[in-house]
Amino acid sequence: MERLTPVEQRAPGRWQIGTVTSIKRETPRVKSFRIALPMWMEHLPGQHYDVRLSAPDGYQAERSYSIASSPLDRGEIELTIDRLEDGEVSPYFDDVVVEGDEVEVRGPFTSYFVWRGEHPVLLVGGGSGVVPLMAMMRHRRRTMPELPMRLVYSVRAAEDVIYADELGEDAVLTFTRAAPEGWDGHRGRIDETLVAQSATSLTSGIAFVCGSNGFVESATGLLLESGFEPQRIRTERFGPTGQP
Amino acid sequence: MCAFISRGFKGRERTPDELAARLPPGQYVESGFPVLTAGPTPDVHTDTWRFRIDGMVAKQQEWTWEQFAQLPFETVPCDIHCVTKWSKLGTSFGGVSVDTLLPLAEPLGAYATIWSYGGYTTNLAIDDLTGGKAWVVTEHEGEALPRQHGGPARLLVPHLYFWKSAKWVAGLRVMDHNEPGFWEMNGYHIRGDPWKEQRYWSD
Repeated sequence: MERLTPVEQRAPGRWQIGTVTSIKRETPRVKSFRIALPMWMEHLPGQHYDVRLSAPDGYQAERSYSIASSPLDRGEIELTIDRLEDGEVSPYFDDVVVEGDEVEVRGPFTSYFVWRGEHPVLLVGGGSGVVPLMAMMRHRRRTMPELPMRLVYSVRAAEDVIYADELGEDAVLTFTRAAPEGWDGHRGRIDETLVAQSATSLTSGIAFVCGSNGFVESATGLLLESGFEPQRIRTERFGPTGQP
Repeated sequence: MCAFISRGFKGRERTPDELAARLPPGQYVESGFPVLTAGPTPDVHTDTWRFRIDGMVAKQQEWTWEQFAQLPFETVPCDIHCVTKWSKLGTSFGGVSVDTLLPLAEPLGAYATIWSYGGYTTNLAIDDLTGGKAWVVTEHEGEALPRQHGGPARLLVPHLYFWKSAKWVAGLRVMDHNEPGFWEMNGYHIRGDPWKEQRYWSD
């Protein structure tokens, strides 16, 4: 194998073997995995890594997962993985992976759904769509805490809240199915009122919307009606497939 | 090639051989049709829709929806492969071959920028757009192409990753050089051949 220069070693795209250093259970379906990387490089909040699983017979499965951590966490990344029952990579992470395990990953990738310091920022997340948005929140809290950034986070029920212990005054929750007892905040799907309350400005800045396709469609529709221009709305969609 | 084994990973039931042969490396079979769009879904109406071929051409061309509907229509059975790892096998689209459209404009360059309502762009070599490899499609599996999948019309280039098959397509600009489009500027490969797993810049 030819000698590699340090620059090439750090280039995104090389498969590398990371080591799981800690696992945090976020919800019954979701865990966060801290992974130490020998060829770690700084990412932009919102970027993703590819994960590849290999079976003894050579069979492989690849998926992409958003980075949840700030690039200030040098040498490691956090991937928060939502278990999809009909998936094959996320159930493996949920059922099999323990601290100390090695996992094959490459990244960080793509530079569109990324936050580069634009503000004010409105983050709108549905379910595990909050993961790349949390990378933005965490990075902003550690670098520019005064910068206006608000998260609107839609979950089904209290047990589905990812990063529950990190949602402060800069986050607004709404429960679409069952709010916790005594909850006096928002209920139901994200609506005009919630957008108006959460956006520090509807006529400037940028919005990041991430979630299932249905969630993103309805949330971006609300933002457009509220006065956001399409060019200032970046979206990332995943999960249940649309009808053909 | 790959010595690394993921401890305890067996994977799901293997794809039958006849399908596995149609699945590029790193892809999995998806029975639905996921939607991936970088921004809000544009609302394009057929009464104002136009498809234009311009740039380095001898004869600029433009079609209205009605004019476009008069062009020879082909049904295109195909497999499609999204860079986010899903593949949809055995689907079909219907529309007009780029081989029908492009010669009318008499292209003078070897590359093209495809542009869309909503501002999306993607770049392709003319070689990847001609020779029975690319279409401007208005139907999916016999129905009008749904808006969320690029309706009323999208490009279809099934031999490349699906981000090249631009939704809400508005035009083809012939270029003398290969200018990276939207995803090609944001980390994805300049050509995007799924069989070579050309996903990202570094592939």
